[in-house]
Amino acid sequence: MRKELNILIGGEAGQGLVTVGELLTKALVRSGYSVHVTQSYMSRIRGGHNTFCVRTATGDVHGPDKGIDILVALNQETIEIHQDDVLKDGLILKDKEISLDKQGLVDIPFKDIAPSTLFENVVGLGFLSAIIGLAQEMPEGCIKSVFGAKKPEVVQKNLDVLSKAYDNASQLGLEEFKLDKPENKPGLMMTANDAIVLGAMSAGANFCSYYPMTPSTGIPMSLNAKGAAMGIVVEQAEDEIAAINMAVAASYAGATAMTATSGGGFALMCEGVSLAGMTETPIVIVVGQRPGPATGLPTRTEQADLNLVLYSGHGEFPRAIFAPSGPEQAFDLTRKAFDLAERSQGPVFILTDQYMADSYRRVDPLDIDASQETAKPLDSCPDPQSYERYAITENGVSPRLVPTLGEYLVVADSDEHYPDGHITEDLKVRVKMMDKRLKKEDILRSEIAVPEYWGPETPEDLVVCWGSTLGPALEAMQKHKKGTMGVLHFSQVWPLEKEHFQDKLLSASRVVFVESNAGGQLARLITSLVKPAESAFILRYDGLPMDARYILDRL
Amino acid sequence: MVAIEDYGEFETAWCPGCGNHSILKAVKQALTGLDLKPHESIFVSGIGQAAKSPHYLKTNVFNGLHGRALAAATGIRLANPGANIIVQSGDGCNYGEGGNHFLAAIRRNVNVTLLAHDNQIYGLTKGQASPTTTQGHATKAQPRGNPSNPFNPVAVAVAMKANFVARGFSGMIDHLADLIKQAARHPGFSLVDIMQPCVSFNKVNTFAWYKERCYEPEAHDPHDWSQAMNLAVQWGEKIPVGVIFKGDRPTFEDQLPHPTGDLLYHNKVNRGKLKEIMNSYA
Ligand SMILES: Cc1ncc(C[n+]2csc(CCOP(=O)(O)OP(=O)(O)O)c2C)c(N)n1
Ligand code: SF4
Repeated sequence: MRKELNILIGGEAGQGLVTVGELLTKALVRSGYSVHVTQSYMSRIRGGHNTFCVRTATGDVHGPDKGIDILVALNQETIEIHQDDVLKDGLILKDKEISLDKQGLVDIPFKDIAPSTLFENVVGLGFLSAIIGLAQEMPEGCIKSVFGAKKPEVVQKNLDVLSKAYDNASQLGLEEFKLDKPENKPGLMMTANDAIVLGAMSAGANFCSYYPMTPSTGIPMSLNAKGAAMGIVVEQAEDEIAAINMAVAASYAGATAMTATSGGGFALMCEGVSLAGMTETPIVIVVGQRPGPATGLPTRTEQADLNLVLYSGHGEFPRAIFAPSGPEQAFDLTRKAFDLAERSQGPVFILTDQYMADSYRRVDPLDIDASQETAKPLDSCPDPQSYERYAITENGVSPRLVPTLGEYLVVADSDEHYPDGHITEDLKVRVKMMDKRLKKEDILRSEIAVPEYWGPETPEDLVVCWGSTLGPALEAMQKHKKGTMGVLHFSQVWPLEKEHFQDKLLSASRVVFVESNAGGQLARLITSLVKPAESAFILRYDGLPMDARYILDRL
Repeated sequence: MVAIEDYGEFETAWCPGCGNHSILKAVKQALTGLDLKPHESIFVSGIGQAAKSPHYLKTNVFNGLHGRALAAATGIRLANPGANIIVQSGDGCNYGEGGNHFLAAIRRNVNVTLLAHDNQIYGLTKGQASPTTTQGHATKAQPRGNPSNPFNPVAVAVAMKANFVARGFSGMIDHLADLIKQAARHPGFSLVDIMQPCVSFNKVNTFAWYKERCYEPEAHDPHDWSQAMNLAVQWGEKIPVGVIFKGDRPTFEDQLPHPTGDLLYHNKVNRGKLKEIMNSYA
């Protein structure tokens, strides 16, 4: 019996490994196991070497791991690349035709069981599920819900194949890979991208314009697929420049608007960010990071666009930047992002990365009825004739009305303007308007998602991380021999208040910044506010996600 | 009834004699002719002399970035199916910096009206060649003559079967006001390319130059695409003005999966449906 298993499925793009992986993950999550999926793929649609790695456990799992318990090789290359990572008591499942002289191998007779190559992935699913001890109803149910909606006639064929695979696998007499009883209830299987979509919809998002770019495309795609029935408008723009200008203008016209892109696309959006700043228009922008510069490694992961986002847009204006650690936080912070964008009337960012975008996790049901409604523009004003879009107010926030809903006029301008929105070159007005806009940062500062800490009261090594690196950092802490390590995680990276973290930074003997980039971008921001006595860096920029071993080996 | 005065009188930042003054007059005439109250329209512009026009009207305004007016107008249209949406900007703005958005707006066929103030020059940045500047036309920035072939927005719009394509001249105010009215009424994307003298920087295409050449073709059927194409490419000694082409492609908004005809602002979150969506992740 196992408490934990790391299962890696490898093959070429187009061999159906993602289908096997997703169905297996769904079956695990429905059974109540925790999962943590790491997908690695090349920038091509067929061929290449791709992997789908599911780490599952009876209790919680925080991040990816290196040693493989079960390797499923759909092609020869997978064996060659990964056989050395298979643990001593591990198992390799492979097609009969793949040759390898080694102990502990099990051949899956794909061709004998599957009526055609189309069904080979279900053969693989059946073998795996049987070996790890999932009740057959579990993968059966997943097949029904995944294939059933699209092609009901195919379901029975798949169930027959699954059944044969279970029979075949039971004859192997493999008992030691069975999982113990799960500690959790059945959950939802989702990625951070999925959670952002749900968070956005629950915050009332009803407009998303975008231009496709990995790893953010999934967000508008599923907003389109799932949100159309709720009246959400999703538009594929001609480029990122159009995407953000459309979204900002839709927001001006009363929509609750967002866009999603990646670093390269975001580089093009920067003038639109500045437009949102000047016109004081709310907009939520999701930036899914991947390695740059330029087109970089399109399908790998990195956390190197913090600086780009922080300094994006010419001129000065307030902004907030969130960096959720996984699906649950992504849901909550997305709701918060929409609310804050409206209340501060400007751009709010959600920084994610490829690793998190593609990493399925087990999640408890989300609070869809979320008690608090997010802020919305006003729909009327007492005196339409004297309405001024940029009226100077105490907190810098002017009443925002939706044009054409009443007899007032809403004038928004990218040039410097008077309170009524009309263009001006009066330099005194300029200063007043700048002060008014900058004042809105107080709202953002009063609402900061405070960094969270785990570990001993006064740690020797304080690991400081942000976004998706939390899981690996927490696991490193659990595996840390002396137990003197602590983890401080920033789910918001701008604005920062040093009161939220200086005590921790100053009391640790050493502060270790863990980031998936080469420059320690958050470290620079933090140390500009608080200087720890001693600091070190664990930086990773080979395109692969951070993991606990990577941290521990370098600590 | 709406009166011209409802649209206000403003001091402008334009040179005396600039074509923009007459275009502004024609716009006001058109709006009153359409009996639209000031708050019923949203004017969208980019950056340039022409792009300042909406500031000289009492109306809703989104004055965005250089070249991006059509992208912004598209967003506004998708959020607001009912407003009268007019985009007003120059040739540099729409056909240069915004060239891609111009093509996309015609392809989408969003229901907006584009008034392109085409003075064949960059006014606000003081006289560089624009995409519509004639080949060989010498400017301060192109002293040996503009080496590039000019872009013909009218021909491109007709070639792509934009729903409404017209050419106007700022010197023919009533005629222009009528074109704007027709354009605003026509569903889908409408282009009125307006020839406009720039007294400060374009010494070639002057008021007199346009006046001499503009003519209204007799018995033109704008529903006849080949006739329209012939007129669209006529440029030189004689330049046809008026409605060049009318099409009837369905509008972009009407093809959305769930057109409600209502402001997106009124969209309420359907929590029941959302819960169903969440449960699809189980
Ligand atoms: C992104 C950007 N690039 C350049 C400019 C500078 N700029 C302002 S107006 C303009 C050209 C205006 O020409 P046109 O659109 O023909 O309008 P006109 O002034 O002739 O009416 C330029 C290049 C700018 N404001 N923004
Ligand atoms: S520079 Fe030309 S376009 Fe600009 S206001 Fe003067 S005449 Fe008009």
